[in-house]
Amino acid sequence: MKKIMKRISALLLGAAVLAGSSTVAYAEKGYTYNYDWWEDVQYSPDLYEVTGVFTATDMGLEDKLSGPQGLYVCGSMIYICDTGNNRIIELERTKKDSFECRRIIDSFKGDVEITTFSSPTDIAVSEDGCFYIADMNNQRILKLDKDLNYLMQFDQPVDSTIDPASRFLPNKISIDTAGRVYCAATNINQGLIKYEPDGAFSGFVGATEVTYDWTDYIWKRLATKEQRAKLASFVPTEYSNLYMDAEGFIYACTSNVTEDDLADDSAKPIRKLNLMGTDILIRNGPFAPIGDLWWNGENSGYDGPSLFSDITALENDIYVALDKVRGRLFGYNDQGDMVFTFGGAGNMDGYFRQPSALDHMGHDLLVLDSVDCSVTVFSTTEFGGLVYEAIEAFQNGKYYESGEIWKEVLKLNGNYDLAYIGIGRSLLRQEKYHEAMEYFELKWDDENYSKAFKQYRKEWVEEHIVLIVLALFLVLCLPLAVGRVRKIKHEIDTADIF
Amino acid sequence: MIAFLNKKEVFTHYLATLKYALYVITHPFDGFWDLTHEKRGSLAAANTILFLTLLARVMKLQFTSFVFLKVYWEGINIFLYIASVLFPLALWCVGNWGLTTLFDGKGTLRQIYMATCYGLTPYPLIQFPLIAFSNVVTIDEAEFYGVLSVISLLWAALLILAAMIQIHEYTVKKTLLFTVATGFSMLVMIFILLLFFSMISQGIAYFISVGRELLFRM
Repeated sequence: MKKIMKRISALLLGAAVLAGSSTVAYAEKGYTYNYDWWEDVQYSPDLYEVTGVFTATDMGLEDKLSGPQGLYVCGSMIYICDTGNNRIIELERTKKDSFECRRIIDSFKGDVEITTFSSPTDIAVSEDGCFYIADMNNQRILKLDKDLNYLMQFDQPVDSTIDPASRFLPNKISIDTAGRVYCAATNINQGLIKYEPDGAFSGFVGATEVTYDWTDYIWKRLATKEQRAKLASFVPTEYSNLYMDAEGFIYACTSNVTEDDLADDSAKPIRKLNLMGTDILIRNGPFAPIGDLWWNGENSGYDGPSLFSDITALENDIYVALDKVRGRLFGYNDQGDMVFTFGGAGNMDGYFRQPSALDHMGHDLLVLDSVDCSVTVFSTTEFGGLVYEAIEAFQNGKYYESGEIWKEVLKLNGNYDLAYIGIGRSLLRQEKYHEAMEYFELKWDDENYSKAFKQYRKEWVEEHIVLIVLALFLVLCLPLAVGRVRKIKHEIDTADIF
Repeated sequence: MIAFLNKKEVFTHYLATLKYALYVITHPFDGFWDLTHEKRGSLAAANTILFLTLLARVMKLQFTSFVFLKVYWEGINIFLYIASVLFPLALWCVGNWGLTTLFDGKGTLRQIYMATCYGLTPYPLIQFPLIAFSNVVTIDEAEFYGVLSVISLLWAALLILAAMIQIHEYTVKKTLLFTVATGFSMLVMIFILLLFFSMISQGIAYFISVGRELLFRM
């Protein structure tokens, strides 16, 4: 649907004819893919491969996990919220493909009534080793020190917009370096709850501004009371998960999106919030980061758009979102271009039954499946490693090297649009504008093309300034000269001296 | 000798009528009146303008900078693309003629066609330089491109309207009314054509299936 919109808008300029319906076979032809500028699926070599799928036995646990919801990675330590068994499992990744259980946390010491957990859904660990645990059914967020002594707890925020009688269900939490706690709670749609380090509630962050559309107004005026009740009310976002990146920005995702909003790009299922709670995610890609661009297609096999349940951001500013509908992982770079998509629903390694949480360890991705009760670890392939290397080289200012690595990437996958644009950007930095233009044109990157062309045009004009002035001079003076000659000729012709 | 002279005269007449298009686009009311009443236009020139319009549209696809026009080549059928101008034009002429003859329109089908084609003049006139222009500007200067592109279409539309006023000897109000009515008549014609073709294909499909059935039984 989006694609057809885009094509129409592109071709309206030329008022071209759309011949045939643009159906792209969308059956599973490959594991990893990307979209090109036209939003056609381009299959790609895998960027990630499965290192292992780890169940409770592989982690050295006696009993099976039960509906695990939360996953947190801190250095080489991994914390899993075993929600159904009311415990938290602390693992250490000793080798690339092995985990060892360090602790099973199912209670803590301290001067509170309940010293066990009830459906812990998320955990975060601060730099000094304190645990923050979303203890959902005990309606609190706990702060424990590293030896599991109770320090404090964060309760239902006291605010006029929250009914004190309602249950407080903290679902997902994140902490910043100063010890502030951000929480996405069930049934709270004013945004993320923000607590100061001392436990005081200090407001909501990242609430969507409620937009008002005059067509909605007209519809509401025309509708009967019953119809009006059925119309979607303007409900702001309820975040499904959040991730605090190294720079202190919160990546948040929401599954509260409508298909119409996704189709016209007004839905923003992934957001990057700054301290003020403003969305600063860069969406410069040819399509917005919304997950799969195709849904409801005859061949897509899935009903409805991608709904994100978790998000994580790598150190190189690539963020990965987890689609719980399709069991797919979507990676985007800092400009909003899609880097990869892979995964699927199923029982094989690398496919998921109900993925619930996602985190990363270096470049590796860890996905927690709450039905399969396992953690899948993905590591980069040679191709994926090269892509990351190229992106990181560019970020570190090694533009020439970045271009060379992108060329290696192209050898592995000639259909990878980011490689062409990457080479172009590298050439642009090397001031080889004309070559850069060619690469950008190949992949329809008009913004970067214009940047390169502007410089190229400037160079061209500077080189040919003499010619240009000469041409201008001729254009301006030739008619004058011709006019003069004609006038003289006319005078001679009409003169009656002969 | 006479044949040659004749040919030359025909040619100069053709050139004169073609050149007259430039006068028409700047003096529409005057120009369209003289176009038919003073026989200052010719069908050959009208055909040429139409051809240039089609050429401009096709060349635009290939030569406009991709910054302004991104073409999904897999979806382009050049014949269909040309037909996307010719077919509505034919419908317009026939529809307009059919309606206006019933309501005191003075124009003949030939005149309507000629005047409409003359009205298209601004399109190739602006679009050809625009193709070159698009290759020397960046996306920051896209507004110039957009505005000029819109002007070429708007100008042509206004000229065609003026042409209808003059050749049918209508008032402005009546022309506007009949322009809208022609639009509806075009829709009706498309509807009938669709009906016709779908009926034909249904009929053919019926006989094919009867034939198949016979072959199976024999």
